[in-house]
Amino acid sequence: MSTPRDPTRDRTPAPEGTYPGVPVHEEPEGPPPWDRVVSATDRMPSTGEGPGDEFSRGGRLTGGKSTRFGDRLFRGMSVGSAAFVLVIMAAIAVFLIWKAIPALNANEANFFSYEQWFPNGTPPMFGIAALAFGTVATSILAIIIAVPIAVGVALFISNYAPIRVAQGLGYIVDLLAAVPSVVYGLWGYIYLNDHIKDTSAFLDKYFGWTVILSSNSGVGPYGRSILLASVVLAIMILPIVAAISREVFLQVPTDHKEAALALGATRWEMVRTAVLPYGRPGVISATMLGLGRALGETIAVAMVLSATFTIDWHFLSPGGNTIAANIANQFAEANDTGRGALIASGLVLFVITLIVNFAARWIIARRKEFSGAAS
Amino acid sequence: MAKRIEIESLSCFYGNFKAVEDVTLSVEPKSVTAFIGPSGCGKSTVLRALNRMHEVTPGAHVTGRVLLDQDDIYGPGVDPVQVRRTIGMVFQRPNPFPTMSVLDNVVAGLRLNGMKTKSTLAEEAERALRGAGLWDEVKDRLHRPGAGLSGGQQQRVCIARAIAVQPQVLLMDEPCSALDPISTLAIEDLIAQLRDQYTIVIVTHNMQQASRVSERTGFFNISGVGQPGKLIEMDSTHKIFSNPTEKRTEDYVTGRFG
Repeated sequence: MSTPRDPTRDRTPAPEGTYPGVPVHEEPEGPPPWDRVVSATDRMPSTGEGPGDEFSRGGRLTGGKSTRFGDRLFRGMSVGSAAFVLVIMAAIAVFLIWKAIPALNANEANFFSYEQWFPNGTPPMFGIAALAFGTVATSILAIIIAVPIAVGVALFISNYAPIRVAQGLGYIVDLLAAVPSVVYGLWGYIYLNDHIKDTSAFLDKYFGWTVILSSNSGVGPYGRSILLASVVLAIMILPIVAAISREVFLQVPTDHKEAALALGATRWEMVRTAVLPYGRPGVISATMLGLGRALGETIAVAMVLSATFTIDWHFLSPGGNTIAANIANQFAEANDTGRGALIASGLVLFVITLIVNFAARWIIARRKEFSGAAS
Repeated sequence: MAKRIEIESLSCFYGNFKAVEDVTLSVEPKSVTAFIGPSGCGKSTVLRALNRMHEVTPGAHVTGRVLLDQDDIYGPGVDPVQVRRTIGMVFQRPNPFPTMSVLDNVVAGLRLNGMKTKSTLAEEAERALRGAGLWDEVKDRLHRPGAGLSGGQQQRVCIARAIAVQPQVLLMDEPCSALDPISTLAIEDLIAQLRDQYTIVIVTHNMQQASRVSERTGFFNISGVGQPGKLIEMDSTHKIFSNPTEKRTEDYVTGRFG
């Protein structure tokens, strides 16, 4: 069997005595040992273009890159995945718009300012105003409650707690994220609602002048309110914000922390000087992830809120609704126009989430050169 | 504003591991003292013990005494935060706060001390930057990020940050090991100027550097892996590099060891 010429066999041995003291390698007679094993290329008919020639030491430097199989495969996979995500995004947007248009055309009310939701009536009348208001209000309130606590937990775990306590606590915080939202809904409805009534009465009495911390009557009834939904949402987003913030705080270089300590910073001053500024973009990202979850949370909110369709700034009064909760509540009994209307509301939620994400990116990018990413 | 340091029977531990054993030496005010020795010999550990940065590592502690003009910085009731405000430190790798501008970096220590007035802070920053020989290079970019400067400039920002609070003592932990020769020269020139005002202790791997910048030199060594580091010899720099008493010192400075 004739084998292709193997360039490795063409090495001329160094002349004897070139390197004094180095024993001269005796080339054994016959083919070298590696030729006794039949290599894969031996079994393949040589086409003159196979990998054996491609990688031969013939000095060819061009043309290799694009033909390597692993490279091509990986490149194809990554480009494909990236394109796939874009296609899915576009498909969702097109679907939402396609299905929403007939219902929006049938709508007799102004979609953006009308507060009620009667898409199944004749004529259909529905508007997103109250739902969008409730969605944004519950989510922002949840963020206001959750983020300070989550950052505190993350700082405690990353900078204050002894290592054993930190590990245990971190694990428990992660577990909190694993509880299904329907369980939070049940707990909020059955347990927390009773207790939030007392808190609400207290808030109304002393902070009622802020309007948002009051009920519209001033004396109750309380419960099943925007506040209750916000507290439930806050507990649900706390673990994700805490977990991401903790990771960011743990990544603060020891160099920076020691720099602060060596200047005579106390523990808190060290956190304020070195840890918090460094972790700021991460905390903002975490907050936006949490906000995204709060905006889209469906079943827990649907369970705790007594759905009403009004824009009411009295967050302690029963009532309020969100886009996602409304979809869950109404979808089963909706006719064609009703479904279209719900899909239109979903489109609005989609847009709100996009705005939130772009806002977060803008906030982070604004101080990018001070982010520490360059060092 | 320069004080003398007396170290008496100082041993440093990481948990149960004794890293440095029984170091006794004194550091003269308004002079430069260098610590030299092979890697792992404990010279940086001793340096970090001098401003109580050693104990920042979990489990780390010391025994013995470190006197700053009569006051034991490990004495009962001594606040490590106060110690660190009195004894400044410059680290191996330039570590300006990446989230702060050049100016904010320099005045970070002053802010911690409660100085708030903007004009005063700007004046102090200029004084510190001039002291660090950096003013002319950065005066037009005081509000740019500190991390955007070159490595040598960053290190001088760190020195400016350390001297802005007017410390009694300045500790430098291999301040030039991450820098190119030109930047190293700039820092060495700076050290030569600062010695008139501060007590400086510098740890260095570079024996030429020790011989160039310091008046007195301490040689640290370990007898083997897992053994504590010890101070072998401490004397005037000239004597250590020309005619040391200990054979081990001579072996090290002449390059027969390490």
